Amino acid sequence: MPVFEYAPAPESRAIANLKDHYKPFVNGEFVDGSGEPLKTINPATEEVLAEVGTASKSDVDTAVKAARKAYNGVWSKMPGTERAKYLFRIARLIQERSRELAVLESLDNGKPIKESRDSDVPTAAAHFFYHAGWADKLEYAGYGPNPQPLGVAGQIIPWNFPLLMLAWKIAPALATGNTVVLKPAETTPLTALVFAEICQQAELPPGVVNILPGAGDIGASIVEHADINKIAFTGSTEVGKAIQREVAGTAKKLTLELGGKAANIVFEDAPLDQAIEGIVNGIFFNQGHVCCAGSRLLVQESIAEEVLEKLRYRVSTLRLGDPLDKNTDIGAINSAEQLAKIRGLVEAGDAEGAQRWTSPCPVPDRGFFFAPTVFANVHQSMRIAREEIFGPVLSVLTFRTPDEAVAKANNTPYGLSAGIWTEKGSRILWMANQLRAGVVWANTFNRFDPAAPFGGYQESGFGREGGRTGLEAYLNV
Amino acid sequence: MSDRISVAKTYKLYVGGKFPRSESGRVYPVTDAKGKFLANAAHASRKDVRDAVVAARKAFPGWSAATAYNRGQVLYRVAEVLEGRRDQFIAEVSTSEGLAPKKAESLVDAAIDRWVWYAGWTDKIATVLGAANPVAGPYFSFTVPEPTGVVGILAPQQSSLLGLVSVLAPVLATGSTAVVVSSAERPLPAITLSEVLATSDVPGGVANILTGQASELGSWLASHGDVNALDPTGAAASDRPGLAREAANTVKRVLTAPDAEPDWTVAPDLSRLRRYLEAKTVWHPLGV
Repeated sequence: MPVFEYAPAPESRAIANLKDHYKPFVNGEFVDGSGEPLKTINPATEEVLAEVGTASKSDVDTAVKAARKAYNGVWSKMPGTERAKYLFRIARLIQERSRELAVLESLDNGKPIKESRDSDVPTAAAHFFYHAGWADKLEYAGYGPNPQPLGVAGQIIPWNFPLLMLAWKIAPALATGNTVVLKPAETTPLTALVFAEICQQAELPPGVVNILPGAGDIGASIVEHADINKIAFTGSTEVGKAIQREVAGTAKKLTLELGGKAANIVFEDAPLDQAIEGIVNGIFFNQGHVCCAGSRLLVQESIAEEVLEKLRYRVSTLRLGDPLDKNTDIGAINSAEQLAKIRGLVEAGDAEGAQRWTSPCPVPDRGFFFAPTVFANVHQSMRIAREEIFGPVLSVLTFRTPDEAVAKANNTPYGLSAGIWTEKGSRILWMANQLRAGVVWANTFNRFDPAAPFGGYQESGFGREGGRTGLEAYLNV
Repeated sequence: MSDRISVAKTYKLYVGGKFPRSESGRVYPVTDAKGKFLANAAHASRKDVRDAVVAARKAFPGWSAATAYNRGQVLYRVAEVLEGRRDQFIAEVSTSEGLAPKKAESLVDAAIDRWVWYAGWTDKIATVLGAANPVAGPYFSFTVPEPTGVVGILAPQQSSLLGLVSVLAPVLATGSTAVVVSSAERPLPAITLSEVLATSDVPGGVANILTGQASELGSWLASHGDVNALDPTGAAASDRPGLAREAANTVKRVLTAPDAEPDWTVAPDLSRLRRYLEAKTVWHPLGV
């Protein structure tokens, strides 16, 4: 078969307006944090992108004081109609600066520009639009006639969707009348600090949003801080449990969005070509750095060979490389540390006897890359079937009956998401009923919308983000 | 003229629809508010907690899959049977809590009415808390509330019946199943309630009631890997942080309970129902 080469189609990195130095954002201003500055790198090239000032414990205190003052003095008193207008302004500013944000996100995170451009940034703007409309309608949200905000929210977000997770956290918090202190991930602080500029451009009152770059210790200082009323965390289950323990016995309200090991279940009557696309999207979207990734493929035994063959062919056509190239499907792994974790788990898969297939795609010799990998002959007891890999690695298991599919799908302490592929509607609804997961995608995967609640069962955390349900996390109800 | 000797009763646990003694063989004396001996109650052990969790887990698939209409009728049936034993409950609440019969009567009536209130919620929860999500794309997306699973409840220590019903009924209404540790000093209404549950079409294992010490059993419920949520209402305020820490190891949902026992005669709202519900969002493409 002839192979057509792609010409390079790079997006201009100049659009990112990258600066040499970024600073924490406290009380409406960029300030010199008293923490050790960190250097954030481009994971695709390992070059330093910028130096970023970080917060220390005392900066956390200053930020919380600013947030408290803004909460008491301005934000909680402001009529919802006025708060709404600020959120609409922010949504518009994100849209106006969307190309800049997309390029910056891809530079800092390593995700393909087509994903940051078409998914992350527009969905972030959509979250502000959606929640803006709630700000003056909270009495209709189903939490009684006059639901009240909690106060100052401490928010800690991960590196896989830096701007989108920020929007998921900040938009509902502000809409419900809370003020926030947010810590972006150590490896991906840049778009959060451009978001701080957007807050300035929107003339958001000082202190309503505070952004503190830093590592886990700053996250811990936020969690411990006595004058914070609410903690929202997205990240690993391990850290989530530590936060739940820390918050135990305090009056702080907590929501957790933690890990997952989603089952993507394909029945023999599934529309196979769509299912293959869904499987690929389910696990290779964002390099598999997705808590709801469809990382356990459960295929009905009768079609397992056919699915594997089609899947390998499709995966071998995925283009891995420069995140800024518009034709890139799979970008860079976010950090050397994460790459090492993925490699470790893949080695465990080999050692435990699963059958590994790795895409023959060329891999750049610089930067952190991992070629898409599919494990067949996986058993439920293997680490690659139980632990979250958080990388472009798919484990394939088989089943014979719908009951067996349900039993295997639910055989995990997690419960964030699941996928079902079948043409039979009644089976979709029956399966959706049986699966212990917060989001079930049927004949599709990885769909997100601010109007649709998202969140997990069991050790995938508690609380929801999005929809009316998501407002509860920031209301005193 | 000789007084008739009354037939004394041996009080037991309620686990999996049966009335076993504590496997530990332990009992503890229950007295009335003035200190007069009433009965020996079973002193539940860690093993009893584990047995009760197994029973609650086993009952969960059936109870959570029962139609809301059916669950509503079962809860209403509890109210019916309770009503039929109203006098017995008034006597027990009055003795346990040291209240005048008139006051006990109003508490028992409130407890009966609470079952009726929650019975009416079972088939409205999904309408009120669920949603059709207007997503920006060619997808049908809806969100339904679902029961969280097995709920461990440390029942209120003061309010022996109304408090117990107020914490148990919302759990059953949502379709979750429960393991309850009753008030330690005032367990008799809880044991009698077990008899009501056993004869009210509540499937065995859906509600399990243990008599014993919250301080001893709470930690086993909080740390149990097969318990999905914990209501620490009946724990001492000083024990709650420890219970919440143990619950964190399995990312349990932990109810926020006020330090002091609330006034259970106040009409409830949706908050207790909401705490035991997960939201499940389902997506499907639209097309022809």
